[in-house]
Amino acid sequence: MRFAETGFNLEIDLTRGNIEKIATNSRDTELYLGGLGTNAKILWDRVPPEVEAFSPENLLIFGAGLLCGTPATGCNRTIVTTISPQTKLMAFSMMGGFWAPELKYAGYDKLVLSGKSEKLVYLYIHNDSVEICDASHLKGKGSIETATLLKKELNQPKAQVAAIGMAGENRVYYASIEQGRSSASRGGIGAVMGDKGVKAIVVRGTMDINIAKPLEYMELCNGVLEYIKYREDHPIPGVMPILAGLGSPQEMKVHDEKWHTENFMWGNSRTRRKDFWTKEIEKEWTDTMVNARTRLISCFNCPMECGATLSLPGLPTYMMKCFTKLTYTMGAFSDLDFGLRIAQKATEYGLDGFSAPQVMAFALELLENDILTDDDFPDMPADNEGRFYYLLDKIVRREGIGDILADGTHWAAKKIGKGASKYAHNNIKKHEQLPLKLSMLNPIYFLMYATGEKMNITQIEGQFPQAPFPKKEHREKFCEDWIQVPHEKFKQYFIDWELRGENSIPFYPNVEMTCDIVDWQEMMHYIDDALGQCAGLSSFPLKPPYHIHNYPKFIEAGAGIDMDEEKLTRAAKRYRTLVRAINIRRGMRRKDEKPPANHWKKRFPELEEKLLDGYYKLKGWNDEGIPTKETLDELGLDFVGKDFLARGILKEDESLSGKACTKGQDIVEEKENKSGGPGS
Amino acid sequence: MDNQVDQTSKIIKTIKIDIDKCNGCRACEVICSAFHAMPKYSSNNPARSRIRVIREPLRDVYVPVLAGEYTVSECAGRDKYTIDGKQYEECAFCRASCPSREEFKEPDSGLPLKCDMCEGEDEPLCVKWCLVDALTIEERQEKVEDLEQSLALEDLEIGLESLADKFGMDKIMDVLVRMNEKE
Repeated sequence: MRFAETGFNLEIDLTRGNIEKIATNSRDTELYLGGLGTNAKILWDRVPPEVEAFSPENLLIFGAGLLCGTPATGCNRTIVTTISPQTKLMAFSMMGGFWAPELKYAGYDKLVLSGKSEKLVYLYIHNDSVEICDASHLKGKGSIETATLLKKELNQPKAQVAAIGMAGENRVYYASIEQGRSSASRGGIGAVMGDKGVKAIVVRGTMDINIAKPLEYMELCNGVLEYIKYREDHPIPGVMPILAGLGSPQEMKVHDEKWHTENFMWGNSRTRRKDFWTKEIEKEWTDTMVNARTRLISCFNCPMECGATLSLPGLPTYMMKCFTKLTYTMGAFSDLDFGLRIAQKATEYGLDGFSAPQVMAFALELLENDILTDDDFPDMPADNEGRFYYLLDKIVRREGIGDILADGTHWAAKKIGKGASKYAHNNIKKHEQLPLKLSMLNPIYFLMYATGEKMNITQIEGQFPQAPFPKKEHREKFCEDWIQVPHEKFKQYFIDWELRGENSIPFYPNVEMTCDIVDWQEMMHYIDDALGQCAGLSSFPLKPPYHIHNYPKFIEAGAGIDMDEEKLTRAAKRYRTLVRAINIRRGMRRKDEKPPANHWKKRFPELEEKLLDGYYKLKGWNDEGIPTKETLDELGLDFVGKDFLARGILKEDESLSGKACTKGQDIVEEKENKSGGPGS
Repeated sequence: MDNQVDQTSKIIKTIKIDIDKCNGCRACEVICSAFHAMPKYSSNNPARSRIRVIREPLRDVYVPVLAGEYTVSECAGRDKYTIDGKQYEECAFCRASCPSREEFKEPDSGLPLKCDMCEGEDEPLCVKWCLVDALTIEERQEKVEDLEQSLALEDLEIGLESLADKFGMDKIMDVLVRMNEKE
């Protein structure tokens, strides 16, 4: 018997309409845990670098985390893995909600989609019964609308539905997969689902998930609940309210948006509005939110209320969490009412709330600067808000200029030419980032931005305070009950961190400390992503209930796998390295590992190189960021090493690897050219 | 005097449900099904839970309902209630394991489920696991006579009764005899 996991993947070949239930190898669980880890293994094994995002050979993998469906609080994430049309690399997006546990109860750990359906279909999974059904009547329907229709049509009110909207159907490079109140948004995975001809996946499961050591597991779960209660009563002093407690940043609950509106950039990530947050605006926005919000809501088996149901007069109800609250508002220099209204439409269309508003603001900037002209925007309304609605529709329908903008700022700029690339200025690895422009380089954030392959800072950062507390006594106090640190040295790193002087950014934390901190932050996210645990109760907030000291016990008692901190650290390193290997094989190199040039005003090129050198070394990667043969062998990834040697990515003589990487770059450029058109 | 427990009255624990506080997370279903697994906590499956959140997020309907008595036939009335501007089916508040719906039946056997307030625990675990306080425990005094009348049937008895309703007592007896012979 398998514990915590079901031991089966559901494989659907959409070209042939073939459905298979495949028993998985428990040895893979030991090595790669589950969720992201085993997703990465499948992607490495079955999707070679020649396969493009919109190729039938590309896979779209929905992986439920190893502990999803067990009573572990907050463990509900689906990890969606595929090749991104936008970055051409492994897409790394996740959604909370209710879908992953339902898939486990239906008897599957993963759903692996391959091939392409000629007609638009939806998948209906009800325990052992799996059907591919005609979805022609759902074409063009909104993602939430689709879910509602299917639940009614199938008479399955308790089913969970993951669906794409028009953006996914039309293969917009930043299309999301929406699931009620959650979405997997980053990397354009909705476009891959649309390309495969799948409108929605309906899941209903009524079977058991087994626990290896029931009493021990329950004690651990109760311990987590107790700690959550403790943290509710003990918010972290000295940090802004959204960072004081647990959960995702509490954007639906907290009305004070002074920090975001005055420190994040408006428009196409350009303008800082230092005195924006007035009493009048606070009142107006609070009223907007309070009137729109009918309830604070949670994902499966989690007491944190990070989401909300929103009903704006005249619009269908929808659900939201986190920072999409402000991205449209700030992209359009508008107010919260506009932001919540257009987000309703964008959610039905199924668009990433980070990329979409930036693409629209980018287009209008090109118009202002005569790179695009009025002829590119026929019949566009004159008012600001109207122009955003106009662009939203053009993009999801891929009409006119929308067809170009639907590829995201990087590819759109290339196609438009005339210096447009200067305006696609807020990308990392071709992917739009949070609109932040700061003054002094922060070494920790530099490394996270540069090397993080999730490409979304909120899913990379966490655990370690974002800035030092002004007084040493406060820092010492913070460390008193900081049980989550993997090593005592992290406390000293923090205690010695000052706002000004010798021990301040950019040179403190020093290279070694910075590498240690980033490595810890990244490891915790990677563990979460394999277990299916929401970052909001683990890797993101300060002092979370899950950490490196109790996770091995959860895995051992839950899944029945012998586990300790060392073994878990190694497993996380193994599949983290495998994610990198997938991207290296697709041409990613050191040259790609950089934050936007204008992310900080004060840059330190020499220090930045040292940081990268130090981090690569700590990770066991060579100067180009390629995992070395020794590292791969040591992690049991010798098959990756062999592949790298065969492809000339690594040479037997390590010193030649620099030359080999040039070849890797050529591969990427060639692919970029080939895949110019949206229909490619 | 009212607060005194004497021979004729006893403290009764009831679960108080505040639907305005429910966040729809279904932790109650998770822990309930885990507690009632055999052996205890060895598996988990909300479809076996004795509490269900009747949930329609887009209409803001969230009603945690605890499994009550089994009923052989569905009721005639299907009234609708409008509360605070939201419409609820009568069934949304009904605790019965009833032929007209999926709730409160074992997914394998179809046998009815009933809340036992987590016998042996300090408090029902759905209450313990509901950190948002949609479920809280309330104590009240009741006379013992009333109590006796409302004494619940044991699991086995409820199951047998429902089988008897479905197949008839004779058939049940036949099967029992046959099973006995086999052993």
